[in-house]
Formats: sequence, structure tokens, C-alpha cells
Amino acid sequence: MQQQQPKSTSLVLLITFWLYVAIPLLWGVASTIKKAMALFG
Amino acid sequence: MSGFFAKSRITAQPGYNRWLVPPAALSVHLCIGQAYAFSVFNEPLTRIIGVSVSATDDWKLTTLGWIFSLAIVFLGLSAAVGGKWLEKVGPRLTMFVAACCFGGGFWLAALGVYLHEIWLVYLGYGVIGGIGLGLGYVSPVSTLIKWFPDRRGMATGMAIMGFGGGAMIGAPLSVLLMDMFKSATSVGVIDAFLVMGGLYFLSMMIGALTIRIPPADWQPSGWSPPPVANKMISNAHVHIDQALKTPQFYLLWLVLCLNVTAGIGVLGQASVMIQEMFKGSVTPAAAAGFVGLLSLFNMGGRFFWSSASDYLGRKNTYFIFFVVGACLYTLIPGMGQLGNMGLFVLLYALIMSMYGGGFATIPAYLADIFGTLYVGGIHGRLLTAWSTAGVLGPVLVNYIREYQLAQGVAKADAYNVTMYIMAGILVLGFICNVLIKPVHEKHHLKHDQFDELDGIYPADEH
Repeated sequence: MQQQQPKSTSLVLLITFWLYVAIPLLWGVASTIKKAMALFG
Repeated sequence: MSGFFAKSRITAQPGYNRWLVPPAALSVHLCIGQAYAFSVFNEPLTRIIGVSVSATDDWKLTTLGWIFSLAIVFLGLSAAVGGKWLEKVGPRLTMFVAACCFGGGFWLAALGVYLHEIWLVYLGYGVIGGIGLGLGYVSPVSTLIKWFPDRRGMATGMAIMGFGGGAMIGAPLSVLLMDMFKSATSVGVIDAFLVMGGLYFLSMMIGALTIRIPPADWQPSGWSPPPVANKMISNAHVHIDQALKTPQFYLLWLVLCLNVTAGIGVLGQASVMIQEMFKGSVTPAAAAGFVGLLSLFNMGGRFFWSSASDYLGRKNTYFIFFVVGACLYTLIPGMGQLGNMGLFVLLYALIMSMYGGGFATIPAYLADIFGTLYVGGIHGRLLTAWSTAGVLGPVLVNYIREYQLAQGVAKADAYNVTMYIMAGILVLGFICNVLIKPVHEKHHLKHDQFDELDGIYPADEH
């Protein structure tokens, strides 16, 4: 039972941690794409 | 306090998910990548006294240009010097020091702007911040390689992609903060520096607190090293100091330096180049969009090419960079003359993807050649190639352009020779890459030497 517990905990942690880095990165990418649109406008 | 940072405190427990390590690395690299976006502060920094327009005593752009240059030089120096220390103390302490230096560098620079003392800005962002950049850059690399022996390229590519992505966050964040804090008496740089210093310190600390190293004999479940060893992937290890005595180190140094020189030289000129080659059809806003597009390819290339190198092999990946890159550089002047902007943008974007790919693939190449034990430190020392290229590339491109213009060459054609010279630089890189062979076994570390060398391994990992 003690070996099962860390696995479920780490899944929540895993998603949270990935979102923590992905959200600002996606914001930066979206801002850059918006700026890049001027090239094709 | 030292116990908190000890390797034994950050050695992963059984059941630890290795996919937690890339976000820890990214939380550092996404911060330090801001350095590439520092130029957004340059123009406001020329109006600190005058606010709406530059006053006589305001700083000039040429004075401000040194801030970024110093940061890149100290990035290379600190990575070279701090790499060996990193291997000894582990990634947590290195990330902590990097967070203090990078965040503290911003705060000291804010004080420099407040007092209007440029030397304090140089010391803060350039020197101390630059040390944070170097230590932060190398700190998660060897840890990632040890966690992902089956996908070394992809793992390091994710972190180093973060460095490219950091500029994409840093640029709009800087603009947002300056807009928020600007007033009739301030351009908002001081407050923006203070907030960014705080945010980056916190984010890097999250990386420092969550990073974990694998136990010494750890392997991914169900994976074992390939039975038929690739000659270009060594199972032996070379000590960090011994690596400097091998020709492979210097050839790899040249491979990185030449790849970066060619890329960084034209990257800095991209905005001016597209406007001059397609005069009248590209506005400054569109040119800025072009630079943004290149930074996307630079970032994407870091992940794509380093991941691809896990299947293609590192040597073959650089073979592609140098051969295809040289062809693309040679084709670009033709696209300008034909007036084909779409193809011009595409070729440029491909070049930038390979420029980024060069950065991201080098740690895995080093791990293949020198083993994984000291790869972080060896990578740190190799980053002096980046600092060198950071000076060499722009100087070379500017000098060639000025020479062409002085000879009466039209502005639109002044880049042609530059492109051919950059292609030549890539040919030199190709030769260096071809010459890279496995390290002679006389340089390999014997197992009984492990404990004697700097206490790095394995004594403090158990």
C-alpha cells in the first residue's frame, strides 16, 4: 500500500508541475506568433 | 544548511517519476532565457532622466550594449569554472546560487538604474546576472542525461528549448511590466527589474527544490544499454580535467563555436537584412515579426533536432547541420535577388532551427564521447565556445557588411558575401565534425579512481 501511494501523488504533481512551466511558455509562444503575423499581414 | 543541499538529500526515492525532472530544469531555463530579450530594455534605458525623450546625461545605446555582452561573457566563464563545482556539489546548490545571482543581479541593476550608475548595472545584470546564467544553464544538464540514458538528446533538448522559450516570455513580460509601472516621472524600468528579479528568483528556487538525481546504479525500467555498442557512444567515463587533454574536446568546441558563429551572426542582422533585401515590401513591424518567427524556429529546433539525434546519432545530426546549413546559406542571396520572400523566410527559419539544434544536441554529444559522469562540467567548459561565437559572429557580419558598403556594393547585395562566408564557416565545422572519433581508452577513468577524484563520485552519492 505504501508503494502505491507515491505513484498517485506523483501523477498530480506531474501534471501540476508541467502546467507550471507550460502555461507561461504557451503565453510567450502565443505573443510571439501574434507578433509574427505582421509578416504575413 | 549544507545538508539541505547535499546530493544525498536530493537522491530520488524508489517510485520517483523521472518526468518530474524536465519541468524542474525548465523552471530554471525559462527564467535565464530572458537574457535574449534584454534588448527590450535598451530603448527605455536611454530615457531614464529625460523620460519622454533622451536627455543629454542619459545613457547611449552603445553604452547599454555592453550589459548583454558582459552577461554572455560571464555566462561562458561561470559555466567553465563552475562546471566542475557543479559535479561535486550537485544541481540543487548550483541552481540555488544561480537563482541568487540572476535574481540578485536584477535587483542590483535596478539600484544602478535608480542611482544612474552604469557600472552598477554592468556589475548587477552583466557580471552577477551572467554568473547566474552560466550556472543555471549547466546545472540541470548532467542530471537530465543521467535520468534519460535512453533519450539523452530529447531530455537535454527540453531544457535547452526552455532557454529559447525564456526570451519569448521575457520580452512580453518586460513590456507588460514597464507599461504597468511607467508614469510621468519614470519609464518603469526600475520596478520592472525588481519584479522580474523576484519572479525569476522564486521560479528558479522551485527548480532547485524539486530537482532530484537518480541513484548511482539507476536505469529506466525495462531498459538496458544496447548490447551492440555504437562506437560513437562510450560506456566509459573521462574525467573533466582529462577531457581537456583530448582532441575530441577541442573539435567539439570548434563544432559548437562555428555552428553558433554562423547562426548568431545572421540572427542579429535578420531584421535589417529582410528590410534591405525586400525594400519597400517589409515594414519594421513585419521585420520584428520575422525575428519573432525565427525565435520560434530557434526554440522548436532545439527540441526537434536534439530528439532526432537520439535516432540519427549526434555526428550525423551535425553532419546535417553543416551540409544542409551551408547549402541554405548559399541559397539565401538567390532568394533575395528573385524577390521570393516566402522561400527566404523558410530558408532562414530552417537555418535558425539548426542553430538552436546545435546548442541542444551538444550535451548529448559530449555524454556519448566522454561518458555521463562529468558531462555537466565538460559542457560548462565547452560553453566558452558560445561566448567566443557571441563576439565573433556579430563582429564578422558587421565588418563584412561595412566593408562591402565601403566598396560601393548596394545595401541589398551587401549580405551576399556574408552568406557565402557563413557557408564557409559551416564547411569548417563539417571538417571538425568528421574528425571526431571515439576517445582513446588511455583517457578513460578506471573504476578504482572514482573515489580519489575530487570526491565527486561515488562516495557522496550513497
